Amino acid sequence: MSTAIEAEGLTKEFNGVTAVQEVSLKVEEGEVFGFLGPNGAGKTTTVRMLSCLISKTRGEASVGGYSISKKEDQLRIRGIVGILPENVGLYEELTAYRNLDFYGRMFDCSEQRRREGIQKLLKMLDLWEKRDQIVGTFSKGMKQKVAIARALLHDPEVVFLDEPTANLDPESAKTIRDFILELKKEKRTIFLNTHNLDEAQRICDRIGILRTSLIAVGSPDELRASLWGRKTVVHLVSVNDKMIRALGDLGTKVETVGGNKLLIDVENPDAENPAIVGAIVKAGGEVRFVTELRPTLEDIYLKLVKDGGAPA
Amino acid sequence: MRLAKSWTLTMKEFAVFRRKRYIIYSLVALPIILSLLLPLSLLLPSTSQGIPASVLGKLLTSEFTIFIILAALLPAVIGSYSIIGEKIEKSLEPLLSTPATDSELLLGKSLAAFLPSVGATYTGATLYMIVVDALASGRLGYVPLPDWNSAAILLLVAPLACIFSVEFNVIVSSRVNDVRAAQQLGSLVVLPLLAIFLLGQTNVMAIDVYHMLIVSGILLVADVGLSFVSRATFQREEILTKWK
Repeated sequence: MSTAIEAEGLTKEFNGVTAVQEVSLKVEEGEVFGFLGPNGAGKTTTVRMLSCLISKTRGEASVGGYSISKKEDQLRIRGIVGILPENVGLYEELTAYRNLDFYGRMFDCSEQRRREGIQKLLKMLDLWEKRDQIVGTFSKGMKQKVAIARALLHDPEVVFLDEPTANLDPESAKTIRDFILELKKEKRTIFLNTHNLDEAQRICDRIGILRTSLIAVGSPDELRASLWGRKTVVHLVSVNDKMIRALGDLGTKVETVGGNKLLIDVENPDAENPAIVGAIVKAGGEVRFVTELRPTLEDIYLKLVKDGGAPA
Repeated sequence: MRLAKSWTLTMKEFAVFRRKRYIIYSLVALPIILSLLLPLSLLLPSTSQGIPASVLGKLLTSEFTIFIILAALLPAVIGSYSIIGEKIEKSLEPLLSTPATDSELLLGKSLAAFLPSVGATYTGATLYMIVVDALASGRLGYVPLPDWNSAAILLLVAPLACIFSVEFNVIVSSRVNDVRAAQQLGSLVVLPLLAIFLLGQTNVMAIDVYHMLIVSGILLVADVGLSFVSRATFQREEILTKWK
């Protein structure tokens, strides 16, 4: 597997204000990489730099093996990437077909490739029957689908999707998400900017959390483990001091929650849980059930964005 | 420079223009109104009585310079939409993300403003010539139009004035955020060209081939200068990060 996107110290300043600082990351071919961050974190700016729409201030990056710094490579990069910008930016007076056909021509697709590509994508997105309708009459979700088809028509090596489900109704958002999952099955390299943590968790192989600089990168499980640790929750009939002391003797950090739950930090639940439960029972505890506390991506994200985290 | 890419953009622009009524009305109505009203104002029996035939011939030629102004005015309608319309519809980002160079995009946009403007100007001028010839030939004793002067105006000055206007409007478009403001500012381009019309009407400058060649030379230099300025103004980064 080779690297589709590589950035090293990528920085962008606008009139002395740093929008993106020292971002270093690698996205492998066929990987779905999610870029999370609050508004103004620099996600769109990063995508624009990587797709050669704006210049970098410092650092280096390559997409598909081409450098974003070399003038002769910039056109090549624009030719091998597909972009769904935050605003769909379709020509409202033209039909869905004409919109796509225009972009197909701009990306040098042959007539046959355009015809077949448009048909395939619009059928996949359930818009083929509406191909000759003016885009201005479409709903937001339909426009978003046309814009996604536009980003994919020239069969790009790397697809940048900027907030693909933002402001869509749940049904349209699900259709788009399912479509992205289809693309994932096709082993497309996808760079997904999103606010939707649930979406990122479901779709992305790895996630980068950006707040001007990249504060964490990893798979959702890796982020969970590295930032949150693992916790065992023992649900009891009631908690008493003897149990706390017994667990203290095991060297574990314990917290009582709500008078009938114990929250215990563990490194390896499989190995440690039997001893923990044994100690509790020996101390007279009546165990109802044992679970593992799994923080959601939202918990991780909020913790990182709030605390700042350590730059990745 | 890949001309096919520019032409693809031009054809897309035409498809969009066809859906914009005000562009169609401007392209059709202005030339028709000018080509009918102007000759009638000179040649109706009530207005032309007392004008000697030799003076009438000169007046008709100098009036023909209105088509220089028309050629410059029409791109203000189309050209200002061309970039600001994309700006408003937020379609510039996807367009800029295609593998097309700035020059290819600007050429495509410029052709889309230039070709219909020149086409409408030529149509209006042809109509003007037909009306003038029909109404004035008997009185003058000859068919006044076309002549070398009108040929110089139509084939040299009007297209160069149109290019001047297209380039000016590209610059205006990149500096304002509103189509109407762009059209109003873009229309200012006719002011220097209005001088040709007024100088001809007041007999300060003869409307002949010699003077039209001089005007063409000046416009050519201005066109080259403006094309450099418009290319320098068309900054992708500024368009994406500062245009709101």
